[in-house]
Formats: sequence, structure tokens, C-alpha cells
Amino acid sequence: MGIRERLSGNEASAIAMKQINPDVVAAFPITPSTEIPQYFSSFVSNGKVDTEFVAVESEHSAMSACIGAEAAGSRAMTATSSNGLAYMWEMVHIASSSRLPIVMPLVNRAISGPLNIHNDHSDAMGIRDAGWIMLFSENNQEAYDNLIMAHRIAEHKDVMLPLTVCQDGFITSHSIENIELIEDEKVKEFVGQYHPEHYLLNSKEPIAVGPMDLQAYLFEHKYAEHQAMKNAKKVILEVAKEFEKMTGRSYGLFEEYKLDDCDVAIVCMNSTAGTTKVVVDELREKGIKAGLLKLRVFRPFPQEEIAKALSKVKAVAVLDKAESLSSCGGPLFTEVTSAMYVNNLNVPTAGYIYGIGGRDTTTKDISSVYEDLLEVVKTGKINNPYRYLGVKGVKNNGI
Amino acid sequence: MSEVKINKDSTWQELTPGGTIYDAGNSMNFKTGDWRSSKPIFLSDKCKQCGLCFPVCPDDAIPVDKDGKRCDFNFDYCKGCGVCAKVCPFGAIEMKEV
Repeated sequence: MGIRERLSGNEASAIAMKQINPDVVAAFPITPSTEIPQYFSSFVSNGKVDTEFVAVESEHSAMSACIGAEAAGSRAMTATSSNGLAYMWEMVHIASSSRLPIVMPLVNRAISGPLNIHNDHSDAMGIRDAGWIMLFSENNQEAYDNLIMAHRIAEHKDVMLPLTVCQDGFITSHSIENIELIEDEKVKEFVGQYHPEHYLLNSKEPIAVGPMDLQAYLFEHKYAEHQAMKNAKKVILEVAKEFEKMTGRSYGLFEEYKLDDCDVAIVCMNSTAGTTKVVVDELREKGIKAGLLKLRVFRPFPQEEIAKALSKVKAVAVLDKAESLSSCGGPLFTEVTSAMYVNNLNVPTAGYIYGIGGRDTTTKDISSVYEDLLEVVKTGKINNPYRYLGVKGVKNNGI
Repeated sequence: MSEVKINKDSTWQELTPGGTIYDAGNSMNFKTGDWRSSKPIFLSDKCKQCGLCFPVCPDDAIPVDKDGKRCDFNFDYCKGCGVCAKVCPFGAIEMKEV
């Protein structure tokens, strides 16, 4: 029944990749994801995997090599962070539009500049419209589990889209926590072999990948991607069910933590959910009905399910670890409120930009958000929904 | 080979995922002639069959018969670049706006 270990988020991701044993890994080091390809290359050198490791000269080439390998008919992986992802942005779109189910751990770090190596979600939000399935992970266990489930989702015939598994740079990537690993043979059986229907190295069927796609066709191909993304929701849940049978660990589109009877709720992703759970417990002890919606699946965005889960809450705060610079809130806030609108739900909701560039977010900060929400419940008013948590020089959370 | 026939009215369900073409050597099927904004006119009475025009055509759109003589343009592929008209010493190719 599982293997007890103590691993950092990066180690856990590298071990997941070892157990998946992909045909090709092409990667270029960038903080804080560097350790993933570093550990993995030692597995290659020590003969622990059969993978062809391509030490490319840039992230643009890393994704290009993965695209070539995946189109050839193999299973390809890479890992990156921040500006590395920005540098591969062009190829990130080519991967999804060519319907190549590449899997990539993304260790979230602020996009420069000014230069910063610490955690926020500005890198991930840069590819939110790129046609990738995006899973977020609270801790090392979830980063590992999401990776084990990744290929089954991405390679499903109704999906065929690339997938990225996000976790917070340094906060979880470099923190050692307890973890339960799955036995190698079980992972091998669960992940299975990749048998694409059409692939470049099939000598019986020569094909052309990524051809010219002008006015008469591109729109229809984008619509097909949209359908695939819709299909992914069902597949994600089916794979999670099977995963639960194997491990006992249950995953949905999001986790509801004391949400069903709560008055005030926070919506957030990745490690901040851990901090929020501590605050929820503290508030519950004081008799305050606080809850949390921790989003796991950001793409496809589960708009209907989120609206339903928040339908009985009296006030909601959406925490964004990325600044859209739209002057009106972060991307998660915009999408959650949009989900509410189309589902005819009008719950007072405020967005909080927080934790930019690795700014610590403490239980005290999260408590202040719940206090703001209790005030909203009392007055029934949101004075300013575009709020900031923890910026020096901005008083009262920017309300 | 699993040939998929599509045209500009094909629906999203009829297209292949990612536009992958399940065939090789298929560039003949891509008729690039409609990119043309000017058109070469072959004036056969002025042509001396000197053989300078067809080697410079980037689209191989000047057919040559088995006796080595050039024929009229293949407008399925001629993009109207005008290189042939430039190299012709006898004024046997005239470019015309379309």
C-alpha cells in the first residue's frame, strides 16, 4: 500500500517522470524547475529509465524537440518555469494545435521583470489561452499524483491535448514533505503504453503534421480544440476515479474544504490553499463559517461546477497570484465572476491580487480576507472588488 | 494511407485533428495559382524556344513537352511573380494585372 517517503515537489515530479519512463525528455534548466530535469538526467545516466534525454540549448528548442518526438509517435516530456515558458510560448501553441499530448511540469515563478526568481502564477497565466490542460497542485503529493494521471488524460482519444502540472516554485518545489509514492509496476500499468493512431514514423502511412491552415480551415480546427477541451473535463474525472481505486486518494475538478455550509469562501490555487485551510479551521473553532474552494483544474475551466459550489455562499474572495494589469482584477477573479454571471448567480465577490514575486502570504493575510468578507456579509456591499493583499503603501487591502 | 477529402465547405467534424495530412507528396493538391495578382501572357508567335524561362520559374509552372519546347503556363501553380517575363529576351511574356 504505497511507499512512504520524504521528498521536495521537484523530487516528487522527477520520480513521477521516472516511473512514467517517457520515450523522450527535452529540457533546458531554469530556476526553480531546474532540479526536475537534473534529477531525471541522473536517472538516464544510471540506466533507471529508457528515455532519450535531449539537452537542448533553449526552451524554444525543448518544446520543439518534444513536438517532433510526440509527432513521431513517442511520449515526450519537458519541465520549465517562468521566462523559460515565455521563451517556448510560440511552440506551446504549436503543440496544442497539432494535438500532441505532451506533458510538462510547470514550477510557477514570476515572469520578469524586473528580475525575480520567486513564486507567483504569472507564467502559467501567460498560457491560459494556449489550448493546454492546466492542473494546479497544493503540495508535493498533488504534483506527483497529477503527473501520474496526466498522460491518461492528455492521450485520451477524445482529448489529444498537451497538459501542464503546476506547483508553486520554492514553496512546494523545494520544500521537503511527507509523500506516499505508488509502486513502479502499478504506475506502469496505470499509465500504460502510448499508441497514437497516426504518427510520423509509421512507414505504412507517411503523414504531414502542421500544414498550412488558411481561412477555410483554421476556425474549424480551433472549434475542434474547444470540443477536445470540453471532453477533457469528463476524462479528468474518469481518470481520477481510477486513480482513487489504486491509491485511495480522491481528486475532482476542485476541492471543497468546509464549503457546503459556509458563509464566506475563498477561491484560490496551489500552495495558498494549504495556508487557507489552517485559517478556515481557526475560524471554524471561533464559530465563523469559513470555507475554501481550491481549484485543481484551471483548463478546462469548470464554470458550471464552480458557480454551483458557490451558490449558497454569502460572500466570496478570489485570490489571484497574477496581475492581469487590466486595471480590473486578476484572471481567476474574472473567470469566476464570469462563471457566476452566466449561471445567474449574484454572490458579492471581490478579487485579491496577492503573493506577487514570492511575497509571503501568511495566515494573518488570509484571516484579513475573511474579515473583509464578514464585513461584506454584514453590509451586503462590495465597495471595491479590485483589491490587493500585502502591497506596502496600500492600506486596508486596497478597499 | 487513409485519404481524407476536404474542401472549403468541410465541417469541423470532417477535418483531421490538427490538420494532419494522412498522405505524403501532396503539394500538387495545394493549388497556389489563386494567390496571383498579375498574370503572365505567353505570346507564342514571339517565342524562339530559347529555353531561358522555364528553369527560373520557382513553381515549375511552365510545362515543357517531350521535344524540349515550352507550352502555355500552368495557372494552377503560377503565382505571377514575373521572373519569366524579366528573363525573356524576345518580349514573348507579358505581365497583365488580374
